[in-house]
Amino acid sequence: MLNYLNKLILSMLLLMFASSSFAQTNGFDQTINSIFEPIANAIGAVIFYSVPVAGVQFPLIVGWLVLCGVVATIFFRCIQFRGFKHAIDLVRGRYSKPDDAGEVSHFQALTTALSGTVGLGNIAGVAVAVSIGGAGATFWMILAGLLGMASKFTECILGVKYRNELPDGRVSGGPMYYLARGLKEERNMPGLGKVFAVIFAICCIGGALGGGNMFQANQAFSQVVNVTGGENSFLADKGWLFGIMMAVVVGSVIIGGIKSIGRVTEKLIPLMAGLYLFAGLIIIVVNIDMVGWAFAEIFRGAFTGEGVVGGVLGALIQGFRRAAFSNEAGIGSAAIAHSAVRTKEPVTEGFVALLEPFIDTVVICTMTALVIIISGALLTDLTGVQLTSAAYATVLPWFPTVLAIAVVLFALSTMFAWSYYGLKSWTFLVGEGRNKEMAYNFVFCIFIVIGSSMSLGPVIDFSDSMLFAMAIPNIIGLYLLMPVVKRELNAYWAKIDSGEIQRVDKPATSS
Amino acid sequence: MVKTFIVGFDGTETCQRAMDFAVECAKAQGGTIHLVHILEWSPYSFLTQEELHERHARKEKEVASAEKFIAPTCKALRDQGLEVTSEVRYGNPSELMCEIAKNKKAAQIFVGRKGSSKLTRLMVGSLGLSLVQTSPVPVTVVP
Repeated sequence: MLNYLNKLILSMLLLMFASSSFAQTNGFDQTINSIFEPIANAIGAVIFYSVPVAGVQFPLIVGWLVLCGVVATIFFRCIQFRGFKHAIDLVRGRYSKPDDAGEVSHFQALTTALSGTVGLGNIAGVAVAVSIGGAGATFWMILAGLLGMASKFTECILGVKYRNELPDGRVSGGPMYYLARGLKEERNMPGLGKVFAVIFAICCIGGALGGGNMFQANQAFSQVVNVTGGENSFLADKGWLFGIMMAVVVGSVIIGGIKSIGRVTEKLIPLMAGLYLFAGLIIIVVNIDMVGWAFAEIFRGAFTGEGVVGGVLGALIQGFRRAAFSNEAGIGSAAIAHSAVRTKEPVTEGFVALLEPFIDTVVICTMTALVIIISGALLTDLTGVQLTSAAYATVLPWFPTVLAIAVVLFALSTMFAWSYYGLKSWTFLVGEGRNKEMAYNFVFCIFIVIGSSMSLGPVIDFSDSMLFAMAIPNIIGLYLLMPVVKRELNAYWAKIDSGEIQRVDKPATSS
Repeated sequence: MVKTFIVGFDGTETCQRAMDFAVECAKAQGGTIHLVHILEWSPYSFLTQEELHERHARKEKEVASAEKFIAPTCKALRDQGLEVTSEVRYGNPSELMCEIAKNKKAAQIFVGRKGSSKLTRLMVGSLGLSLVQTSPVPVTVVP
């Protein structure tokens, strides 16, 4: 372990020396920006291929994600509403047998998956949505969140059903596995399944480096600069330095194997999320007389699109886009986390997973949007995490500092989660092996430095495009495998009705 | 008559005293010893991605090593001519002890107690204390 740590420190030092020569001439941040911007733009142009609809450019991929939510909602007849109570009961352990103790509980799978999705999407992403798409974007964001619940339900059931158990008892699961095995076993399409699985794995590595890494590093840096004095901050224009610091922290966990840092971060996340929600509630309560007006603005903006580039459709695109980025429904990432749960009934994990977009988008994102709208900060030129920060500061002046800490922690926990998702995809492609895994982890750390050095626009485009690219093979797979999920779901309901599966706290008296 | 003498066992000296006392009683009354080893576990703790995926493998390892840990004690008791059963469980110690006792016929629980000061007694609810309050069967707390 120490050996790896030494290597890590050495390589970081080398990187710093190399960078200092750039810094003296042109500014390292600008150099990185000029190299990566054209690449990011090119990838973005392919994934975000847009068609003009009523005079606005509509990216097809956004429609693709929402369509999946609509189809899943219809196919499973509004499972996100019918199954909501059952999902809560499952998380509360009402159906957990005593023998399940010691295994991953539904609650643990949910919170770990949430720690990967709750993060900057909820703080910075929402701010981007309302600053570009206006208050009305919030309405479309909530709608996309509700639809996303059905997508997530589908993909997490498949993730558990087709997971792979290694001889040593560890499990690997996720879209790579259900695409490869599911399409082969259920649809007799082994070739297509394999191709989709490989495409998904490649995109997932890209998503891990983009949305799961560069976007996080970028926004964390932006907020840290903001609270340390803005343009006068000693860190301003030194994104690479901040990036190296973050890279050392992440690297010490994923390369150096110092798990305690990761564990501490994970354990601070619930506290930070609680603090963020609590502060948001305080601001809403202080301005309780404006909540009605804010909701009116959200509805009015959603259907009139007043003052928004592209009108209603502009607001809709922003809302849908940020919701998908935040809750990752249809992207396939959550299926990797949820596949670890040991359950005889894969369907139970689907129910638990549908709570994820609800908590992430319908609760947390909506709250952020409300705070931004109520505070009036929307009228400024700010965007991203700085807008959220300014909105919170209108009532709680000290909050930007807390938010900076929260943002760094959220960024770290999302990076840990995504480094894992990316690693699983990488090992799916190249096979398990210590050196192969270390090579991936090293590249992951380098991208933290790149991400914090770039400007927000290209980072968002690259992040979005790689994340959304994952949805192409994943959602085709979901459509093809939906009948399998339906079969599982019907069998599960039948077992509940017959009493074969019972609540543990209220056993039926007849048996 | 008590038939099953349930002993909470974690290998410490305090629970060894409880065990010795339970063995004496069991011998005198012709009962059996049921040794319970509990691994503390909450389904509401937080796990990292890696812990999540390794959990099942780790559980099997933990159970195996716990069973190995209590095996010599069980054997020693059997050599004395006692009938001994044992179980390794995950969960909250006092809740599990109560649940196990409920499912046994004519059971009594034996647990050890640390000689704690007034302050720690106020701050930390010990296993003995919570069992005294919630157990469905008689509880013997051995000092």
